[in-house]
Amino acid sequence: MRFLINIFCAASVLFGTLNAVHAARNSVVVGMQLEPPNLDPTGGAAAAIDEVVYSNIFEGLTRFQADGSVSSGLAKSWSISGDGLVYTFELNDGVKFHDGSIFDASDVKFSLDRARAENSTNAQKGLFKGIEAVSVINPLVVEIKLSNPNGSFLRNLAWGDAIILDQETAGKAATAPVGTGPFKFSQWVKGDRVDLVRNEDYWGNSVALEKASFKFISDPTAAFAALMAGDVDAFPVYPAPETLAQFDADPNFNVIVGSTEGETILSTNNQAENLKDVRVRKAIAHAINRQEIVDGAMFGFGTPIGTHFAPHHPDYVDLTGQSNYDPDRSMALLAEAGHAGGLTLSLKLPPPSYARRGGEIIASQLRAVGIETKMENLEWSQWLEQVFKGKDYDLTIVSHTEPMDIGIYGNPKYYFQYDSQEFRDLMTQLNLETDANKRSSILKNAQKLISKDYVNGYLFQLAKTGVANAKLVGLWKNSPTQANDLTGVSWKE
Amino acid sequence: MFSYVFSRMRVLILSLLFASFIIFLMIEIIPGDPASFMLGINAEPETIQALKKELGLDVSKFQRYLDWITGMLAGDFGVSYTYRVPVSELVLSRLGVSIPLALYAILLSTIIALPVGLFAAANHGGFRDWSVMGFTQLGIAIPNFWFAMVLVLIFSIYLKWFSAGGVPGWEKGILLNLKALTLPAFALALPQASILARVMRSAIIDTLSQDYFRTARASGLTYGQAIFRHAFRNALIPVLTIIGLQFSFLIAGAIIIENVFFLPGLGRLIFQGIVQRDLIVVESVVMLLVFAVVLVNFLVDMAYLVVDPRLRGNK
Repeated sequence: MRFLINIFCAASVLFGTLNAVHAARNSVVVGMQLEPPNLDPTGGAAAAIDEVVYSNIFEGLTRFQADGSVSSGLAKSWSISGDGLVYTFELNDGVKFHDGSIFDASDVKFSLDRARAENSTNAQKGLFKGIEAVSVINPLVVEIKLSNPNGSFLRNLAWGDAIILDQETAGKAATAPVGTGPFKFSQWVKGDRVDLVRNEDYWGNSVALEKASFKFISDPTAAFAALMAGDVDAFPVYPAPETLAQFDADPNFNVIVGSTEGETILSTNNQAENLKDVRVRKAIAHAINRQEIVDGAMFGFGTPIGTHFAPHHPDYVDLTGQSNYDPDRSMALLAEAGHAGGLTLSLKLPPPSYARRGGEIIASQLRAVGIETKMENLEWSQWLEQVFKGKDYDLTIVSHTEPMDIGIYGNPKYYFQYDSQEFRDLMTQLNLETDANKRSSILKNAQKLISKDYVNGYLFQLAKTGVANAKLVGLWKNSPTQANDLTGVSWKE
Repeated sequence: MFSYVFSRMRVLILSLLFASFIIFLMIEIIPGDPASFMLGINAEPETIQALKKELGLDVSKFQRYLDWITGMLAGDFGVSYTYRVPVSELVLSRLGVSIPLALYAILLSTIIALPVGLFAAANHGGFRDWSVMGFTQLGIAIPNFWFAMVLVLIFSIYLKWFSAGGVPGWEKGILLNLKALTLPAFALALPQASILARVMRSAIIDTLSQDYFRTARASGLTYGQAIFRHAFRNALIPVLTIIGLQFSFLIAGAIIIENVFFLPGLGRLIFQGIVQRDLIVVESVVMLLVFAVVLVNFLVDMAYLVVDPRLRGNK
C-alpha cells in the first residue's frame, strides 16, 4: 500500500509540474464540434467556416451584430437612390489587409464580381443575383446597381459569403486566409485546431484577446471532458445537452442559452402520392406534440413554432394554435382522406441529434394516430442526394438555419415541392417593397399562408446552448448568423 | 532464403493491386456527390457544375482510377476536395500522431504482457495463473472507449494530471507530447496487452511439453532457466505475429480512441473523409493503410528469419 501511495505522490509531482501555468489571460480556446473543410467562406456552405472566420478574419461591407441587426462594416455609410436601385457605399479609410496591402473600392468590385461570376463556386450565389453592375467611383466610394429593388440587400451583404477579399490572395483563402479583420490567421493543424493572433494594425477598435484558437472536438463526451479539464474555455454550440444541468450548477461555468435562425421542421414532400392531399398534411400537423419533442429530443431547449419564421423576429406571428396537438382531429382527418385503415410513410433522418432523436418521438406520435413510418438514417451526403436533390422521400426532419429564408417556399422545385402562385406573388411584392410597415405585413401574410396550407410540420426554433468559463465575457448569446465573433470577448478578473 | 523473401514480396505486390481496385470500386459506389455536399442546400445547379469542374470530378470514373493509380506510383496521392491541400501533406501530419501513439501503445502492451504471460505460464495451473487469466479476460472484455472515459474522468477531470485530450504538437517538445499520448496509449494498450499475455502464456505452455524442454531440464537447468533459455525464444514466433497484427490494427483502428481524446490521427481523417465525401482522401488513405498492413506483415515474415534459423536454410 505504501508503495502505491509513493507512486501516486511521485506521479502527481511529475505531472503537476508539466502542466503549463496559466499566465495573465489574453488568449482563449473555443471548442467546435465540426472542423471547417476549408477557410474560404465564399467557396463552401459549411457553417464551420463562418464559425471560425466571420468578423474575426474576414469582414464584409455590412455585418451582423449579436442581436441580429445589420450594421456598418467595411462600408462607413451608404445612401440608396429613391427607386431603390442604386446603393452608394462610402468605405472606411486606412483599412489594410493582413498582408499589408491597401483595401479600397477595387477590392469590393473584385469580390462581388467574383461571387456572381459564371464560374463562381459561391454556395449562396443567389444573394448576388440582383446585382447588375458594381462600379468604382473613387478608391473610397463604390456604387452597386440592382436590376430590381431588394429590401434585404444590405442584409445579404452581411452574410459570410459576401466578405471582401483581396485579388492577390483570394485564391489562397481556403488554406491561408488574408482578410481585414481584427484577427490574423496563424496556423491550421488539420484535424485539431485553427490558431489566430491579434491584428495589431486593425483599422477599428483593437480587441482584448492576443490569441484565439478554435479546437475541433467531435465527440460529445470528449467535449464535456475538455471543458471540465479546462482544455477549452468555451463551447458556444455545445453538443452534449444532457450535461448542461451539471454545468449550470457549477459556479466555474456559465451556460448560455440563446436562439438561432434554425427553424426545425418536419419537411414534407408536397407532391408525394399520399401527401398531395392537404388533409393528410393537416392530420400530421395535429398529431405532433411539439413540447414532447422539445423535452425529449432537446432536453427542453427550443421554442415551439407554427410557421417558418424565427420567434425572436419582430414580424413573427404565433401560429402554433393552427396545428395544435389534437390526435382525435388528426384521426378524423385521416379517415376523411380515405386512410382510416392506416398509412405508411417514409421518414428519412439526417445525422444531427434533433433529427435522430426527434424522429423517434415523431414516429411514435404518428403511430398513435395510425400512420406508420419507415425510418431511415442517412448521412448528409446521402440526404442531399436522395431527399434534397432526388425528392425521394415523404417526411424528413431538418433545421433550416439560414436567416430569413421564408423565400424558399416560393420555389416549386425546392425539395418540399410546394407550388403556390399566391405565395410567389407575395414574394414578388416583398422584393419590390421598401416600406418597413408594408414589408412587415407581407411577411406576416406569407407566414399565415404556409401555415394554413400545412406545407410542413413546424416543430421548434433550434436553441443555441453553449457553455463557457464563468470569467469569459462577450460571447454571442444568439446566433443571427453562424459565427463565433470574438471581437468583444475578454476575461474578467 | 531468397526464394522465401521473393515469394513474400510477390504476395505484397499482388495484395496492393487487388486492394486498389476494390477500394476504388467500393468508394465510388457509395452515393453522395462531393461538390453538392460542399455547397449545401442553397447552391445553384450551375455552381455545383463549376465546382465539379474545378475538382476534376467531371471526367469518367475509369479515367479517374487510372489517374489515381499512376499518380500514386509517382508518389502523388491527389489533392483533398474539401481541405484543398495534397493528401500526402494531410497524411504526413496525421502520421505524426498515429505512429507515435501506436508505437507507444505497442511498447506499453509488450512491456506489460510478456512478463505477465511468462509469470502465468511459469505458475501454470496455480492460483497466480488463474488470477492472470481472470484479469486478462476482463481486459479483453472492457470496451476501450469506456476504459478511456474512465481514465479521463480520473486523471483529467478529477486529478487534473493530464489534459482530457489533444496533442500540443511536436514543436512544443517531446515530453509534453508523450505526456498527452499517455492516456490514449494506455486505453489502447489494455486489451492488446491482455490478448498478448494470453498468447504468450499458451505459447510457453506449449513448449513446456516439448522434448527439448525436457532435455534442457534433464541437462541440469532449473525450471526458470529452462523457460528463459529455451521456452521463451520458441514462444516468440506466435507473439511476433500477434504484435504485427496489433500494430496495423493500432494505426487504423484507433478511430474511437482518437475521437474520445480528440487526437488528429489517421483514423479521424478517414472518418471525416467519409462523412464529407472527400473521396480522394478516403481512397488514398485506405490504400496507404493497406500498404502499411501488408508491409508490416512482410516485416514480420522477415523477423521470423531472425528468430527461426530453420527459415534461413536454402530450401
